[in-house]
Amino acid sequence: MTAAFWIITAITILGGVAAMMLRSVVHAALAVTVAFGGLALMFLNLGAQFAGFAQILVYIGAVAILVVFAILLTRGSETPRDAVFSKTWLSGLAIAAAVFAVLGWAILNSPLALEGTKPEPGVTVKDIGIALMGPYVLPLEIVAVLLTSALIGAVIVAMHDKEGAR
Amino acid sequence: MFDKLDQIFVWLQHWLVGFLPEFLQPVAAALLAVVVIICFFPALFALTTVFERKGLARIQNRIGPNRAGWFGIFQPVADGIKALTKEDVVPRSADHAVHFLAPVALLAASFMGFAVLPMGRNMVLADMDAALLFYFAMGASSEVSIFMAGWSSRNKYSLLGAMRAVAQMISYEIILLLSSVAVVMMVGSLSLVKIVEAQNHYSYGLPHWFIFTPWGMAGFVMYAIAATAETNRSPFDLPEGESELVAGYFTEYSGFKFAMFFMAEYLAMFSVSGLGTTLFLGGWTAPLAVLQWVPSWIWFLAKMMMSIFVFIWMRGTLPRLRQDQLMNFAWKFVLPFTLLNLLVTGMWRFMGEGWLRWVVCSGILLAAYVLMARVGMRRKHFGPRSYRYAE
Repeated sequence: MTAAFWIITAITILGGVAAMMLRSVVHAALAVTVAFGGLALMFLNLGAQFAGFAQILVYIGAVAILVVFAILLTRGSETPRDAVFSKTWLSGLAIAAAVFAVLGWAILNSPLALEGTKPEPGVTVKDIGIALMGPYVLPLEIVAVLLTSALIGAVIVAMHDKEGAR
Repeated sequence: MFDKLDQIFVWLQHWLVGFLPEFLQPVAAALLAVVVIICFFPALFALTTVFERKGLARIQNRIGPNRAGWFGIFQPVADGIKALTKEDVVPRSADHAVHFLAPVALLAASFMGFAVLPMGRNMVLADMDAALLFYFAMGASSEVSIFMAGWSSRNKYSLLGAMRAVAQMISYEIILLLSSVAVVMMVGSLSLVKIVEAQNHYSYGLPHWFIFTPWGMAGFVMYAIAATAETNRSPFDLPEGESELVAGYFTEYSGFKFAMFFMAEYLAMFSVSGLGTTLFLGGWTAPLAVLQWVPSWIWFLAKMMMSIFVFIWMRGTLPRLRQDQLMNFAWKFVLPFTLLNLLVTGMWRFMGEGWLRWVVCSGILLAAYVLMARVGMRRKHFGPRSYRYAE
């Protein structure tokens, strides 16, 4: 538990809390971006370069932009006067607590956590590439096909109605 | 003598750090390199503004700035004083916190790219295993700050500029990534230091740069197109098209914040040129084997400034694209071509040495280019210009 760990934890948790507390939707989206950045730093702090940079590339570069675009294109970005409370906050709290409990149980039961040592992963990008192209090539291809079909589906949904235009 | 000149900055760093106690030395060495990067590239930015204004002026048959100092060399000093002493106007309805943070975040993201660029032999701040990925991650995070700037200004021009910028940057980032992947496939590493080393061989006195191969040539052209779009330079300067959107996403910024946006744009230009140099133009290696005695950092800077000159040249020559042309060009022409280039790179990798792979690879790329261009032209109906929205 170094100083870097605590700083990164503070950034991540503050970003997450701010995303819940802020009233403006765009502000909340930007706060989530900060939390994403904190998570990426956490990966880097653990020595997982590929996961950290992929986190920045995908979550800050794409997901955050997607969220912000969706907000701008669907509703006005006016700040509501009163605090926004979801009617289903109780069930949301229960689900969050359940997820936290499962994750905590899994982490506490894993053999690495009990030894109290920090194992060096030493996994390079090359190792990840070899693993993806070797033993995990079938899952990779299935994911590729899934993503391609999702892309084609999105294009079909967004395509102009030819008959209406003429 | 020349070896010493080649390593002079590395030697200076070691010498300066040597005055400190042992445990402080790694931190001090890193800090020193960061300070040099943060001082050097803004200084280069100041000189480049004069260079650009003079160059554009010559292209347009004007003289350009010539009042401040010899040949207008002190123009950036005057600009800096003006920017620093101007009133910092923030619109009343603007979102103050986000409005303030946007230029800071953008400038920080622009500086980060320099951390992994090898600027000379042994001259790299962070020699990472995943350096190329780091570079693209930092490039991706600048999009959020551009959106922040456009949204927080509460101005329609700003918001439109930001939306255009983000859409354009996301589209062309894919091309930028995929054209660089070809190099990664050949070298087998994401480390930029290793990519330069792979190009540091000579046969018959000529270098083995990747631009001198069919896939490298095609990749470099696509990289250059995507880099121009990524830095919002003309002919892809729709996000800040002066005649349409005042200044795009930084319309509502004044004084030094405006200068910061300007600086971030030029820093992005420098770092994207530096990355292109590293990937395709051999990084810090000499263009001829007999010229290897010239210090490596001179070659890196010379190649980078050549790319900057091409950027300025294109700005003075080409007209701006329309939004639909921009998107069609990215998704329907360049993106399929990058995918084909990946295939050709794979063939080049596994066909072995010999003249056959030169013929086959260049043949495929040329045929595809001619075919795609012909088919694309046939669908176009050239005739009197029609205005869809203006009539």
